Amino acid sequence: MGRMVSTFFNGVINENPTLRLVIGMCPVLAVTTAVVNGFWMGVAVIFVLTASNILISLLRNVTPAQVRIPFFIVVIATFTTIADLVLAAFQPDIHATLGLFIPLIVVNCIILGRAEAVASRNTVPLSIMDGLGMGTGFTLALIILASIREILGAGTWFGLPVMPEGFEPAVVMILPPGAFVSLGFLLGAMNLITARLSNRPMGSKSQSSGSAGQKLEG
Amino acid sequence: MEFIAIIVGGIFINNYIFSRFLGLCPFLGVSKQIETASGMGMAVVFVMALASAVTWLIQHFILVPLELEYMQTVAFILVIASLVQFVEMVIMKVSPELYQALGIYLPLITTNCAVLGVAILNVTEDYGFLAAVVNGTASALGWTLAILLFAGIRERWVFNDIPASMQGFPIALVSTGLMSIAFFGFQGLFRGILF
Repeated sequence: MGRMVSTFFNGVINENPTLRLVIGMCPVLAVTTAVVNGFWMGVAVIFVLTASNILISLLRNVTPAQVRIPFFIVVIATFTTIADLVLAAFQPDIHATLGLFIPLIVVNCIILGRAEAVASRNTVPLSIMDGLGMGTGFTLALIILASIREILGAGTWFGLPVMPEGFEPAVVMILPPGAFVSLGFLLGAMNLITARLSNRPMGSKSQSSGSAGQKLEG
Repeated sequence: MEFIAIIVGGIFINNYIFSRFLGLCPFLGVSKQIETASGMGMAVVFVMALASAVTWLIQHFILVPLELEYMQTVAFILVIASLVQFVEMVIMKVSPELYQALGIYLPLITTNCAVLGVAILNVTEDYGFLAAVVNGTASALGWTLAILLFAGIRERWVFNDIPASMQGFPIALVSTGLMSIAFFGFQGLFRGILF
């Protein structure tokens, strides 16, 4: 039981795919113009990641090693298509806004990476917890970034006005340059916080994961 | 005239890095030196042009007649993955020199979302065969331009005093943001002439 919980929080905090491993960046930058878009993108990724982890873990003993990558891709593509069609049916506005980035979940390195590293060699419950944890970590990162961009760029949060009367929204935060710059400073802030925490004598827990962006690339 | 608009749009206005956010993983990963960046750029141009052609044929001669459009994602990703593998084998046989230059970049391209992205965009924009290939090539050239410019900037970081917490990805993203602002200038430049 303890291992299940730690697997979940590993994905949310220590190995947060966006803020610590810095993989799968395209949707992170593209859909965070508003919090609601980031939220639905996160939900779609949680679904695809957890469902493909379950199926790949179930079939891990009968999958020939030589064809495992094409097999993973077909599984992920199937669940992505399901997510695409379900969103189109029940949330047509969101589906139109996210557009291209729903089918592009297929080539998101987080999902193929978890299939290869975790689901293909672990039991089903552990793979589920890993999928949920990684997906939640991804969603949280999207919501944090989208909050910064939506509040500064439109003065709203989840569509509700939150800034005082005289606030003049900085439209550049909604435009592409705002995405790059705010994610850059968010990662920088994460590095600073991690460095401060690990300098403290008691907070040495997260030292092993290294600072964001220096562990993995591409 | 339509082709000129597609070419200018693909390279400058809807640049895949600076305005569409496609292909960021290799953009951030393989941009440490101009040499590797240009190798990756060549491979991307080659694969994206070819993938645009092949996926257009698949869409219009297989998926549409059989009313299987909902299988688009599955079909396209499989086609692209096998296409990249096939191109790799052909280059290895035909031109070992070119394979030496591009070889290590080709497998990376399967997971480059720019390739699947251009295939899907060609369908949603409803391009004809030639327009689709032109769009694929132009978008890939725009991507290459972006990674070459970025690699040039990145090579100079060695001489700069960057705060410890901003080193690596944070400063890379901030620089990309500033370049993206510069590319906004092209939108105004070409507006009224072409669009």
